[in-house]
Amino acid sequence: MTARVGSYRFHRRKGQAEAVFVAWRDLKFAKGRFALMGTVIVLITLLVGLLSGLTAGLGRQNISAITGLPADKIAFQAPRGGQDLSYSSSTVTQQQWQQWSKAPGVESAEPLGITTTKATAGDKSTGVSAFGVEPGSRLAPDSNKISNSAVVLSVAAADDLGVKAGDSLTLAGQQLKVAAVEGDAFFSHTPVVWTSQDVWRKTAPPTGSGEGPTATVIALNSTSGADTAAIDQQAGTRTVSIEDSLSAIGSYTSENGSLQLMRGFLFAISALVIGAFFTVWTIQRSGDVAVLKALGASTAHLLKDALGQAVVLLTVGTLLGTGIAAALGALVAGSAVPFLLTPATVLIPAAVMIALGALGAALSIRRLTSVDPLTALGSAR
Amino acid sequence: MSLNLTEITLTYPDGDSRLTALDQVTLDVPKGSLTAVVGPSGSGKSSLLAVAATLITPDAGTVTIDGRATTGLTRGELTELRRHKIGIVFQQPNLLPSLTAAEQLQVMARIDGRNPRTARGRAMELLDAVGLADRAARRPHQLSGGQRQRVNIARALMNNPTVLLVDEPTSALDHERGAAVIDLITRLTHRQATATVLVTHDRTHLTAVDQIAEVHDGRLRLPATTRQVC
Repeated sequence: MTARVGSYRFHRRKGQAEAVFVAWRDLKFAKGRFALMGTVIVLITLLVGLLSGLTAGLGRQNISAITGLPADKIAFQAPRGGQDLSYSSSTVTQQQWQQWSKAPGVESAEPLGITTTKATAGDKSTGVSAFGVEPGSRLAPDSNKISNSAVVLSVAAADDLGVKAGDSLTLAGQQLKVAAVEGDAFFSHTPVVWTSQDVWRKTAPPTGSGEGPTATVIALNSTSGADTAAIDQQAGTRTVSIEDSLSAIGSYTSENGSLQLMRGFLFAISALVIGAFFTVWTIQRSGDVAVLKALGASTAHLLKDALGQAVVLLTVGTLLGTGIAAALGALVAGSAVPFLLTPATVLIPAAVMIALGALGAALSIRRLTSVDPLTALGSAR
Repeated sequence: MSLNLTEITLTYPDGDSRLTALDQVTLDVPKGSLTAVVGPSGSGKSSLLAVAATLITPDAGTVTIDGRATTGLTRGELTELRRHKIGIVFQQPNLLPSLTAAEQLQVMARIDGRNPRTARGRAMELLDAVGLADRAARRPHQLSGGQRQRVNIARALMNNPTVLLVDEPTSALDHERGAAVIDLITRLTHRQATATVLVTHDRTHLTAVDQIAEVHDGRLRLPATTRQVC
């Protein structure tokens, strides 16, 4: 008998999660059931991961030129008639710019012209965003090379046009030289071409302003001592942070809102699916739970065991799904698909999936508290 | 005495009135003794067991387990009392399908907050005592009905209970296996020194019990010796 007892390999179970003793063995015993649910979690996580990467990639193609500006605030022309701020309709004058430049607490105020136009080089053409800056401006890369006859192209613009530094291109009818290829700036899904203010003004549609040369916005660097509200009132502008200014990009607001809504629904669906699974699973286990309660298991112990099971399933499924999403993202990154693969686009959705899934599971397994141990005795009455 | 039921009255709602399941029942079960509670279906046997197991609070009377009265204890305290002092052998084995025979016992250590791996020695000792040491790695569906019932018995003893409550253990077994199970319970009662209450409607295997109490319509007849009743 002793030999038989000794041959029983308890030691194989070393390292297993004893904290979820029954749950862990349920996972191994009901493999098919949990594999099915795990697959659902993997697929939802994969979808969420791909959507997150796509959302971030599309977002970057909308806003990277703005978020990459060495500025902390953007001053727009104050909109009239209750309209929202908009990069496409804002026009600031030289007078407004000078007011901001001289304002106390403002370290730098640089006019920035933005317009979308067409660039052509040889037989290739592409839509670009022309960003007009002052000579030597900190806003543009290699800005000392920008002149009325030379522009700096972002890498994507140069790739689309098939040009490199020293080549020529035509921007809205103006023959210009490529002074440098630098940066990965995009605005509203078009690569950025950094130009002088004069080139930009010839490119942008006329504003009809009689107050001298104009730009689209003023990029500001300010200290905490700057009274932006007072300067706004005085200059007829409205100033917001860089992050808040992103909502003034029409395509970004609508596109990002739609994608975030889809992502939110996916999170909600995953929580509901996981909750539904564990509801059915808990109901099926209610007999076992009654036995354990009758034997002296506390409700807290049973809840911990069941929640541990859900977290194990969620974690494994989410990690697998996230891994596949990251692998697919790495494959398509750099191609025509605007997929952005970063820790934020991969790990945050995974963490949210686990948290919401655990919440769904927690809501469903709380019915363990109502299982009556008396039912384990069968016909007790 | 390890189990004392004193003047227990238990009623259930029955339409507009109440049905009396136990009527002024008093029962004392000493350590190391086996008391059989017999009676026809619906007589109140299982209600008596449920009250003794602290799963039902009686309308009146006192349940005392190993010298501690259960009156006024919270649900958590009753759960803890069951965990440490009471072993229950269910009518159906009620084994957890995902656990092996040894793990059915080890889970008792787990619900007591102990590491189940450290309790494997005790689990194997008990499985050996019920003749199933060589079936330790088998799951319920790999065991016969009698073997499952023996695991059920071993599990009830895992936490060294003072009181062992056994609910119709032979109802699903044939005569030979039923006799073997009763014999096993009797031996374990004496070896583990538990105060055992065996609820059954089958008197055929009760030759070795220490006392037999009969329940009729919720009333308990004074215990008589086995010899006197059989």
